[in-house]
Amino acid sequence: MSEFVFKGRLWVLKDDKGNLIEDIDTDQIYHNAYLHITDISEMGRYALGNLEGWKDFPSKAKPGDIIAAGRNFGAGSSRQQAVDCFAALKISLIMATSFGAIYFRNAVNSGFPVLKCAELEALAEKEHIKTGDRVEIDIRTGKARNTSTRETFQVEPLSSVQRQIYEAGGLFAFAQRMEER
Amino acid sequence: MGYTVIEKIIQKHTQQKVRPGRIVWMTLDVRSARDFGGPNVVKHFRREYGDKPVADSKKTFFTFDLSVPACSLKYADSQQICREFARQKGIKVYDVDEGIGSHVLIERGHAASGSTVVGTDSHMNILGAVGSFGQGMGDVDITFAFKTGKTWFEVPETVKVILKGEFNAPSSAKDLTLFILSKLGTREAALKAVEFYGEPVKELSLAGRITLCSMVTEMAGIVGFVPEANDRFLKEIQDLSGVEYRPLTADPDARYAEEIEIDVSGLTPKAAAPFQPTNVKDVKDLSHVSIDSGFIGSCTNGRTEDLKAAADVLKGRKVKQGVILKIVPATRRVYSEILKQGILDDLFESGAVVSNPGCGGCAEGHIGLTGEGETQISTANRNFAGKQGKGNNYLASPRVVAASCVLGRIASPEDL
Repeated sequence: MSEFVFKGRLWVLKDDKGNLIEDIDTDQIYHNAYLHITDISEMGRYALGNLEGWKDFPSKAKPGDIIAAGRNFGAGSSRQQAVDCFAALKISLIMATSFGAIYFRNAVNSGFPVLKCAELEALAEKEHIKTGDRVEIDIRTGKARNTSTRETFQVEPLSSVQRQIYEAGGLFAFAQRMEER
Repeated sequence: MGYTVIEKIIQKHTQQKVRPGRIVWMTLDVRSARDFGGPNVVKHFRREYGDKPVADSKKTFFTFDLSVPACSLKYADSQQICREFARQKGIKVYDVDEGIGSHVLIERGHAASGSTVVGTDSHMNILGAVGSFGQGMGDVDITFAFKTGKTWFEVPETVKVILKGEFNAPSSAKDLTLFILSKLGTREAALKAVEFYGEPVKELSLAGRITLCSMVTEMAGIVGFVPEANDRFLKEIQDLSGVEYRPLTADPDARYAEEIEIDVSGLTPKAAAPFQPTNVKDVKDLSHVSIDSGFIGSCTNGRTEDLKAAADVLKGRKVKQGVILKIVPATRRVYSEILKQGILDDLFESGAVVSNPGCGGCAEGHIGLTGEGETQISTANRNFAGKQGKGNNYLASPRVVAASCVLGRIASPEDL
C-alpha cells in the first residue's frame, strides 16, 4: 500500500537574505561531476551539493523530511539523478511554487511525490512555514498542516494520473499494471 | 468554452476532459526514438518488459539522424542495438541514409495534421508546422510510449501571437523567427503552446513554418502552430506527404493565457550572437565579425527551399579562400530535389562541402565540429557554448550564411 499522509520535518530552501530561492537548477541539486554514479544509494550525499548555503544538507537531512522550494525548482537538464538523490535520502516529498517541466516529469515517472503550492511564497515570507517545523500533508487532498504552529495551508493534491503512477510505484510498473487490467 | 489548437488535438486523444493545467493520459499516433536515446529505450524495455511486444509496431519507429553513417564506435553500437531490437519487434527503421527523423515523419505522412507524435528529439515540436502535436521526451517516457502507446501530459495554456505588417526579401522566415524569439525571449511562451497568426506567417511555406515552429523550443515553449494556411501550403504538404491535410483551427471562443502583438514591418536580416539564441542582433551591426566557417542545414533550415535560397546567393560566386561552408540536406528526399533541380551544382561550384542528409553540425554529426577559437555562422537553432564544438556560433538564415561565407565576415546578400 502506498503512503498518502506524510508527517515530517520541513526544510524551506531560502537564501542568506531569507528569501525563497528561485530557479534552483539541476546542477545545483546534483552536480554534473557525479553523473557517472548509477547506484541510487550513492547519490544522497551529493543532494543540493552545489547550492550556496545548503551544501551540508545531506548530513542534516533525515528520512521522512519534507522540502519546500521556490519557483521553477529543478530547472535545466534532464538528469534523473536530481530526483533520485532525494529519494536516496528518503525525503518524503517536495513541494514548490512550481517545477521545471522535465524535472516534474522525471519525478512523477519515478513515483516520487512532487506537489505544487501556489501560496508557498507567501507562507515562507510570513514565516508560516520555516525550516525545522513539523508538517503533515495528505497528498490525496492537498490538505496540509504545520503542526508546530497549527497553521493550515493547501497544496495541489496528486492529479489522478500522478496518483496512478505513484500507486504503481513508477511509470514502468504502471505499464505492467495497465496490462493486467 | 472553446478549444485552442493544442487542446483540440489532446482532446481527440484522451477520454478525460481537457483544460489547461490538467494532467491527462493521451494516446500517441507515433512514437519514435533516435540513435541518441534509442539504445536506452531498448535497454529499459528489455529490463522492464523482457520479450513482450511493443503496443503497435506499425506506429513505432526508429530514426537515425545524429551520426549518420556512424562516425564513432559509440554511435555504431547504438544504431546496431536499435536495429536488432527493431527486427525482433517488427519496427520500421529509417536508417542512416534517410535524414532527420522529424522531417522524415512529415514526408512519409506519419505526422499528419491533428496527430500526436513523440520522440527522443527536443525539436520534435517542429511537427507543429503541419498541425501535429510533436513532443520531445526522455528515454523513460519513450520506453513507456513504445510499450503502451500512451503518455501523460499536462495540458498547456496557449499564447496567441499576432504578427502585423509585412516583410520582403532579403529577410526570410529565419529572420522573422529570430525577431520573434528576441521579442518573446524564454519567458513569454515558457511551458505554453503558441499559435501564430497574421499575414506574415499565413504566407509561409512548409520550410518557413518548420523554421518558425522549430525555434519554439528556444522560446521554452511546448509547441507552436500556424493555424492559417493558404492553398499553396495545403497543396505543398499534400503533395509531399501524400496525406490529405486538414487545417486545424482554434475555436472562436478559445481561451488564451495571453495575446501578444508583434509588428514585423521593415524586418531586416538578423543573427543570434553567442551563446544564446535570444541574443539577436541586426546583421549590419555584426559586419565586423570575421568567420572561419558556415553551416547550412539542421531541422530548422535544411529543406530544399532553404538550400535554394543559399544557392541563389552563391550561384556564380565562390566561398572565400580559407572559409569552409558545410551544407547538409535535411532528408534524402531534399537531397534528391537539390540534385535534380541543379541546386546541388550551384552549391558545389561555389566551393561548399555538401554531405549526405542528417542533423549534421548540431549533434557532433558527420559534417564535423568547430575547434577552439573558430567562428562559425550557422542556420541551426542553438548556439549554446559547446553545442557545435568549441567555437563561437552565430545563428542566421541560409541567405545570410551564404553571403557571409562569400565575404568571410557576417554579411547579408545586399553586401555582395
